Amino acid sequence: MLALIGTIPYPNLPVISREILIKDGNLTIGGESFPIHRGFQAMIGAAAIVCAELGLSSPIGFTVGDIGLGDGSRRLYEYLKNRLTDLPAKVLTFHYLMPDVNWHNKVFWAIEERAERPILIADAGFMYVAKMSGYAPSYDLFTPDIGELAFLADDMAPHPFYTRGFICHEESNVPSLISRAYQGENASKAMIVKGEKDYICSKGEIVAIIEEPNVEALEAIGGTGDTLTGIVSALIYGGYAIEEAAILAARINRIAGQLAHPNPGTQVSEIIRHIPKAISMALKKNILTVSK
Amino acid sequence: MPIFKTKKERKEGKSPDRGFLVFHNTSEVIRAETILKKRGWNVRVMGPPPELRTGCDLVIEFPLVEQLNILRLLKENRIPPIEIVPVDNPLMKPIDLFRTKDYGDYIMVRAANMKMTVEKNTLKIVNISGGGCPDVPYVSEELVGKILKEAPSPKEIGHTLCAYALHMAYEELKKKCLL
Repeated sequence: MLALIGTIPYPNLPVISREILIKDGNLTIGGESFPIHRGFQAMIGAAAIVCAELGLSSPIGFTVGDIGLGDGSRRLYEYLKNRLTDLPAKVLTFHYLMPDVNWHNKVFWAIEERAERPILIADAGFMYVAKMSGYAPSYDLFTPDIGELAFLADDMAPHPFYTRGFICHEESNVPSLISRAYQGENASKAMIVKGEKDYICSKGEIVAIIEEPNVEALEAIGGTGDTLTGIVSALIYGGYAIEEAAILAARINRIAGQLAHPNPGTQVSEIIRHIPKAISMALKKNILTVSK
Repeated sequence: MPIFKTKKERKEGKSPDRGFLVFHNTSEVIRAETILKKRGWNVRVMGPPPELRTGCDLVIEFPLVEQLNILRLLKENRIPPIEIVPVDNPLMKPIDLFRTKDYGDYIMVRAANMKMTVEKNTLKIVNISGGGCPDVPYVSEELVGKILKEAPSPKEIGHTLCAYALHMAYEELKKKCLL
């Protein structure tokens, strides 16, 4: 099972744990429809498309409504705490959730009780809290952008909003921020640092830099980081090694972006629909270097 | 047997996701605590660390990420704190650096982890990217497609530090667009 966990900004949505499907551009979780906006919907939409293209079983969404008050997140944390120990998930991807160290640790310890180790991926609010908890090195993959990388690199920062000014958020500074994040034990085993160039890191080293195709507008488009997280989660679920999946996902995301001919006003739903073609283009290009 | 290499010891004595609300006097602390607890917040009154001994002799510990929501409630009740700081490092200040990217017809401003992009001709907010707290998708849905001048402020409708960072990008964009 590929389990995708996060919140949707609908205040009254109860906890749902159902199959995610995408058909004719419509996203459903257990039959309930959601628009493919930035955030959790973009992430799970991208993951569902990749699973369908690779012939994998559909991902399972674990979600709840939360507009930032944290009430939904806490209900979902509670639900997960009681179920994750026995959930037969091979890959768990955590996404938009209110960062709360106490709840993070309850959920993390429930996973720790499992007989088999799942692959743990974290992005967005759950990546923030994974770092704050001190358990970052137990995660397999984080997918920060540069602002979030600076937060991981800053031992003291409780949130990206408090990252200290001397920790420079410039693209040219990415390699030193990566080293700093690993030295402070605030990084996961592997990372994709999203930006003008996507840096793929493993155990403190940069193992690949993906910079083609270079589509400048993507940085401005809300949800392009979410799609990357969804794509890489599905590829890992499909059996790709984490670093290979990261490289391939970065390429697929960039190609899908390029196929949409975007400008900074383009919406992420216009990019997601190009993922199937982007997968076949990226797989053709990578046939010698990436094996399943 | 645990299957992960754990680091539970690192958490001991640390409160990485908590902040302190500092007030002028003890009666404000008590009023604020009553209001916050009544609304279900997980807060507690404590003695301040040495770095903060400029206000009264008590502070309120609260979930730092939810700062914007708590601050709004206290302002509504006319007891805004004089200072808000992270528990583990009270001298830490919010980021105040901006990065601007000019795309020709569009301009993007980044503050911390949040980015807002506006179309120059129309001053319409066309995209919001970055962030990780659950109000980011909500605030984005409320703002994208609206004219910068007429859009609600992220600080008014958001609840977390991500919304606060987005608000800073929004204010910087308004300055750049001479609004």
